[in-house]
Amino acid sequence: MKTKVRVKKDFLMSLFAVFLGLLAGAILMVVTGNNPFDGFYYLFRGGMMNIERIGNTLGMATPLIFAGLSVAFAFKTGLFNIGGAGQMLIGGLCATAIGLTFDWPKPILLLAIVFGSLIGGALWAALPGYLKARFNVHEVVSTIMMNWIAYWSIFYIVPAYFKGPFLETESQRIPEAASMKVPWLTSLFSGSYINLGIFLAIIFVVISALILEKTTLGYELKAVGYNRDAAEAAGISVNRNIILSMSIAGALAGLGGATFYVGYASNMQIGVLPSQGFDGIAVALLGANSPWGVFAAAIFFGLLHTGKGFMNAMTAIPPEIADTIIATIIYFAATSVLIERNWDRIKRFRAGALLRKAKKRTLEAGSGGDQ
Amino acid sequence: MRLDYVVEMREIRKEFPGVVACDDINFQVKKGEIHALLGENGAGKSTLMNILFGLYQPENGEIYLHGKKVNVANPNIANDLGIGMVHQHFKLVHNFTVTENIILGLEPTRAMMIDIRTASARISKLSKQYGLNVDPDAKISEVSVGMQQRVEILKMLYRDAEILIFDEPTAVLTPQEVRELMKIMRSLIDEGKTIILITHKLREIMAIADRCTVIRWGKLVGTVKVSETTEEKLAEMMVGRKVLFEIKKKEAHLGEEILKIENLSVLSSSGALGLKNFSLGVKCGEIVGLAGVDGNGQAELVEAIIGLRSIESGKIIVHGTDVSSFPVRERIKKGMAHIPDDRHKHGLILDYTVQENLVLKNYYLEPFSRRGFLNWDLIQEHASRVIKDFDVRAGEGPDSSARSLSGGNQQKAIVGREIDGNPEILIAVQPTRGLDVGAIEYIHRRLIEQRDQGKAVLLISLELDEILDLSDRIAVINSGELVGLVNAAETNENEIGLMMAGVKRGATA
Repeated sequence: MKTKVRVKKDFLMSLFAVFLGLLAGAILMVVTGNNPFDGFYYLFRGGMMNIERIGNTLGMATPLIFAGLSVAFAFKTGLFNIGGAGQMLIGGLCATAIGLTFDWPKPILLLAIVFGSLIGGALWAALPGYLKARFNVHEVVSTIMMNWIAYWSIFYIVPAYFKGPFLETESQRIPEAASMKVPWLTSLFSGSYINLGIFLAIIFVVISALILEKTTLGYELKAVGYNRDAAEAAGISVNRNIILSMSIAGALAGLGGATFYVGYASNMQIGVLPSQGFDGIAVALLGANSPWGVFAAAIFFGLLHTGKGFMNAMTAIPPEIADTIIATIIYFAATSVLIERNWDRIKRFRAGALLRKAKKRTLEAGSGGDQ
Repeated sequence: MRLDYVVEMREIRKEFPGVVACDDINFQVKKGEIHALLGENGAGKSTLMNILFGLYQPENGEIYLHGKKVNVANPNIANDLGIGMVHQHFKLVHNFTVTENIILGLEPTRAMMIDIRTASARISKLSKQYGLNVDPDAKISEVSVGMQQRVEILKMLYRDAEILIFDEPTAVLTPQEVRELMKIMRSLIDEGKTIILITHKLREIMAIADRCTVIRWGKLVGTVKVSETTEEKLAEMMVGRKVLFEIKKKEAHLGEEILKIENLSVLSSSGALGLKNFSLGVKCGEIVGLAGVDGNGQAELVEAIIGLRSIESGKIIVHGTDVSSFPVRERIKKGMAHIPDDRHKHGLILDYTVQENLVLKNYYLEPFSRRGFLNWDLIQEHASRVIKDFDVRAGEGPDSSARSLSGGNQQKAIVGREIDGNPEILIAVQPTRGLDVGAIEYIHRRLIEQRDQGKAVLLISLELDEILDLSDRIAVINSGELVGLVNAAETNENEIGLMMAGVKRGATA
């Protein structure tokens, strides 16, 4: 209740950014000699024309939800987590390692994978958190470095311990029991690559919202994010909260890694930083750092990613247009402060005009009465 | 058209979300007068002047200068129209010289080079003409606050301003500097300038202004001739009720010495000893005032007591326990409360709502939370009660963002939070800084109330009047050392003033 007004405004701003992004895409389509109505028709149709496509959209969105939550959560404490990609890699590595090592029944194995990736991601991000708290090392620098440490660690560990049967550059396929794909869900969405990760994502959206809005932990994290000095003077341990916030952000990204490498995919490739880790920043931005906003933004991006191939197949519009739309939306979401300011100005101007008009009218009415 | 008014503002209306800052205000200034604009914090006086200076655009209303209608769309136009403003927070570049600051934005050039010498000569001349005594080549970072203010004044004069707006100019000055400023203002008037003085200090208005316009809650209360009014009447116009100037204090009932500071030494941020071997005790039921010029170790002392700064040596004893190594929260649990001098930095989280701010120190305790979950209903209830008890005026009640409150109400919210926690020891640092008469009176009453209830109050203030009015005993600090400790009843402004300058009691006798 207490943040209703704010949420509504953020929501409008995000919608506005999306609208402007689509508009820019439309202009590009026209410029390249295509019909934007056809383009958007096939873009959105490609993302949701049948149950399989919808499943793919959700499957595509799942790691994005986690990556977005990760960035948004850290941001609430005033921290900029750019290490989502590395944390996803480590989460994915933990998940893959557990999946390839243990021969347990599926429910137990999946549970182990969830906890393993959560803890792996958390520890990976706790280190930059500690460096920030203890030595005031900026988290942007340290998380980027951690990304590359993760990248090269995978480069070594996967070929050394989990090498696939044919290729040096990827791990073995994880067994059926370790995959988040389940037959009933796959067949429900007629063969799409949706997996249990989407439920996990929804659960963690709820948990994140709960932590931020309802718990003393969330209260402390946000207090530190908004005003370190006041939080410290009130007896809140700033350092503890910085480490905690980074750990939670890392845990979320780690889970995202699990849903990506043992859900969406079924093996790990070396030499790739998952782009979702960085897309998470855009998702958090468009979602105004609120868990449900992140959820919606991730699904929207998932939709664009899924639909762009179809658009390309059905029209002459290159798939890069979809990427351009995403980029433009990010741009407008980032400049939403400007939009917001102008928004206020327009409203004020209109209110002023109305007031003047009303005043004039009463004046005229008054002088009319005198006559 | 009435040509005798240099400035005439008609039916000015300005609204911010949730408040009408200026409600159809009419305001006229005569040529050559010092016109005071009086009102409590948040009454709308700064907003009105920001409109005149072009920083805000009004929703409605007209501005006339010398009888001609003008549209002040931005401060540059205001400059062109001969309106200058000295803001409360100076707008100076610290590593520039006085001259460089003054010519910033309209640098005179000769053959593509800035012609500093001509500018400097002109500044010297202006400085002499108005008795400002400013060295044009001094660096801003090396001159005093009072001198910086004169640079701001010179900046206006250099731009040929005829109408000079001063926004709370004395808030940052020592009593001597205030006297100097008044002299300068008079010489400005003698040279034909017109001055608008935004203030809430009645004494200054009585001393220097010709006329005074009072604003309350965004509405015009009236304009009066200063020679025909009194401080009491002005205060009543400003606050809307009678104001008690005298502070009534019952006799102190002293209890145990609950806070004992023993031989405390603390490093300052620069690495030197900011506090040297400092000892002081505060008993239950008394207010001990700590007087001193700013920057003489007060900040180090306060931060050491509440736990934000580690100590070099010494003891901080609360109830017989040495708390000098305790974290902040443990000290709060021991009954320590703190009203900080910088309410935006240490007092409030501006992006939090009022209700969230009011539980900043006890959100983790029952009943506000249980097993890590906050109880928002109770937090809101608690906020409503504190808002009522401490007369915090917030547009949207507990849900208002702390940022939207006026300074006085933010301070009341902090005082409310600290006192409502029922502390044993209250450390009040500049508790009325930048507040208006109504809020000052209120907060002083609350501090006395704490004392009468048997709490120990340590009052640290740069306002000597405040220290003298409230304290039972007065300690004076200079260069991080305790100069002396006297009974408030047995001393006076002069004696404390000397001690503040570092002269020990009896040394002159």
